[in-house]
Amino acid sequence: MSNGIRGGLLYVLAIFFTGGAAAQTEDIELLRAALNELRQDYELRITALEARLANAEQQASQMASASTAPAPVARNVSAGRAFNPAIGVIFQGQAWNHQKDPDRFSIQGFPLGGEAGPFEEGLAIGETEINVSANVDDKFTAWLTLPVAIEDGEAAVEIEEAWLETTALPNGFSARFGRFFSAIGYLNSKHAHSWDFADQPLPYQVFLGDQFLDDGVQLRWIAPSDLYIELGAEVFRGSRFPGAGAQKSGYGNRSLFINTGADVGTDHSWLAGVSHLAATALDRPSGDEDQPLNFSGDADTTIAHFVWKWSPNGNWKQRNFVFQGEWFRTTQDGTYTLPGLMPRNYDIDQRGWYAQMVYQPFPRWRFGARIEGLSSDDSGPAFAGTVLGQLPDDPRRYSLMTDWSNSEFSRLRLQYTLDDTGPFNSDQWGLQYIFSIGAHGGHSF
Amino acid sequence: MNYLKLILATTLVLPFVVARADLNVFACEPEWAALAAEIGAENVTTYSATTALQDPHYIQARPSLIAKVRRADIVICSGAQLEIGWLPLLLQKANNRKILPGTEGYVEASSLVKRIDTTTNVDRARGDIHPMGNPHVQTNPRNISVIATELTARMMKLDVANAPAYQTNYNSFARRWSEAIERWEQQALPLKNKRAITHHNSWVYLARWLGIEVVANLEEIPGVPPTAGHLSTLVNRFDTNSVDFIIRSPYQDVRASKWLAERTGITAIELPLTVGGTTDATNLFTFFDAIIERLLAASNDLE
Repeated sequence: MSNGIRGGLLYVLAIFFTGGAAAQTEDIELLRAALNELRQDYELRITALEARLANAEQQASQMASASTAPAPVARNVSAGRAFNPAIGVIFQGQAWNHQKDPDRFSIQGFPLGGEAGPFEEGLAIGETEINVSANVDDKFTAWLTLPVAIEDGEAAVEIEEAWLETTALPNGFSARFGRFFSAIGYLNSKHAHSWDFADQPLPYQVFLGDQFLDDGVQLRWIAPSDLYIELGAEVFRGSRFPGAGAQKSGYGNRSLFINTGADVGTDHSWLAGVSHLAATALDRPSGDEDQPLNFSGDADTTIAHFVWKWSPNGNWKQRNFVFQGEWFRTTQDGTYTLPGLMPRNYDIDQRGWYAQMVYQPFPRWRFGARIEGLSSDDSGPAFAGTVLGQLPDDPRRYSLMTDWSNSEFSRLRLQYTLDDTGPFNSDQWGLQYIFSIGAHGGHSF
Repeated sequence: MNYLKLILATTLVLPFVVARADLNVFACEPEWAALAAEIGAENVTTYSATTALQDPHYIQARPSLIAKVRRADIVICSGAQLEIGWLPLLLQKANNRKILPGTEGYVEASSLVKRIDTTTNVDRARGDIHPMGNPHVQTNPRNISVIATELTARMMKLDVANAPAYQTNYNSFARRWSEAIERWEQQALPLKNKRAITHHNSWVYLARWLGIEVVANLEEIPGVPPTAGHLSTLVNRFDTNSVDFIIRSPYQDVRASKWLAERTGITAIELPLTVGGTTDATNLFTFFDAIIERLLAASNDLE
């Protein structure tokens, strides 16, 4: 008996013994499913064909009726970038009037690091920033920020940011690596040209050296929920203020952050977050470059931030209002070495905060007010009478600003700051310009 | 204590318990949300990032929008750089690989039709111009026909289980839509060769469809608000003999067109630029009904 006949016989027997009717219905169901699948497949193809046909007809008719010279049909999509790579240049410059020497600037009880401190007096271009970005391939995107600054009469190029980021990780994850501004706080990752005031608030200057950036990796996750929830963690080399010396074998600074936010109707939206930066420092210098004070130990910073934005009907261009505030707490535990002296134990708990409002009553013009403050525990008798000793009053600053933007790409700003950070009050006036050419910047929240 | 546990458990779990339609459609503008709803009906959840009362150039990448893009199966936007200030940021921050440009989940409406005013001159002295052409393609219903076919094809690919339903809905929509186009074109015959001043250059597709001539914009430079100087040159150049109406969208400042209308006697009208722009423009069909009704009413005023 051939295999075919044997198989057929078995099949008939099987049907006979298992109930032919049931098997038949099953077969019909299977057939129907297969047919359905086939039909769907064809319908898909037909729809696609119809789309192409309609498109072709449309093009043909428009080509025929177009009064202008026929331009190629623009099929390229634009949410990516038109030029590759996207290049943007941001020009920033200012003129400041105050009575403080940026090189000698210090706040009693708060040793400064990084870029903290006032601008130079008089006319000066600040940083001219070159941004280059593009997708690397289908899985990675890249960003580069090169600020060019004039330092001691010479142009110096720096790599401020140089990072790569994944675009194709599943389940709402992304990873970034390279050098970048940490995602802690609200203002920390914002570039200077998008600040609402010319300078960073005091807690940023004092606790993060203006802005914390370092070489590292970041993992970020967005929850699949209607409420915006972002969780992230970062590990950095630990070579930048408030860390120093690339401790823990070059993994010295670590952070965690969580952000959440939503809309309330069409007019309101908010963002809130908490973040923590654990930094380790070895011989971190502050103060006068020639006679620095050095800190070694742990510096832990916790930041809470809240931003609330309002715009009638959500039509941002016409009228809008922004409130933002951040609260900082930094604990430092280690030793300080004052010039020419032995290291002394330093264990302190310090706070800082700011709150600001910016109102745009009509297009082009904005008006803002900001208040900033710092407070500190006593550093103890070991530091009495030194720059780390107790301060008589909590440092404060009060600022007003107004700016005018001809377009999204140009802005002129006037800022007044009453600086009450000691040892004397100073009135500070600043005029600033911010211009951008090239790649269109994003309107981040 | 039990309450506390319950609250904790709810807050942890709640974000993940989401009402599941089969496709989440994130539209940058209301017209594309309306189109997706026509084709998807009960099988899709649509969300529009903007309303008809917002200028879609100047949206911020708000937390709520990032959350919506994170869960989207399809992102459909006008494109041609209309959303360049915020869509790339949303796509970058939302960590959703299904809707990135180049995937089936990303639909750029204006790339499917022939865009008007493409230019290679990208000098920003001429304003915030779009080198890829004028992005406001939704004001010609024939463009919407083309975009509907592509959107349907994408939805059928991404949600095979409901593909027959999408096909059926599409067939019904396409039939009603072409009937409506015929009707609108008949109704709009008296509008041919009328002349208009528009606030922003948002109406070129409508104008070309109906044979209306746009003679000037209230914005001298696209994206820069109308200036007093430019408005007064318009007063000198145009009157009721040379222009039939001044058109603005609901999100644009009414003062400029009102000022010009008072000085020249030309009728100023507000037209919905998308679904929801006026109270009667509740869906794609009534959106065009509203536009044509208002234009006809304004041109009857003249005679």
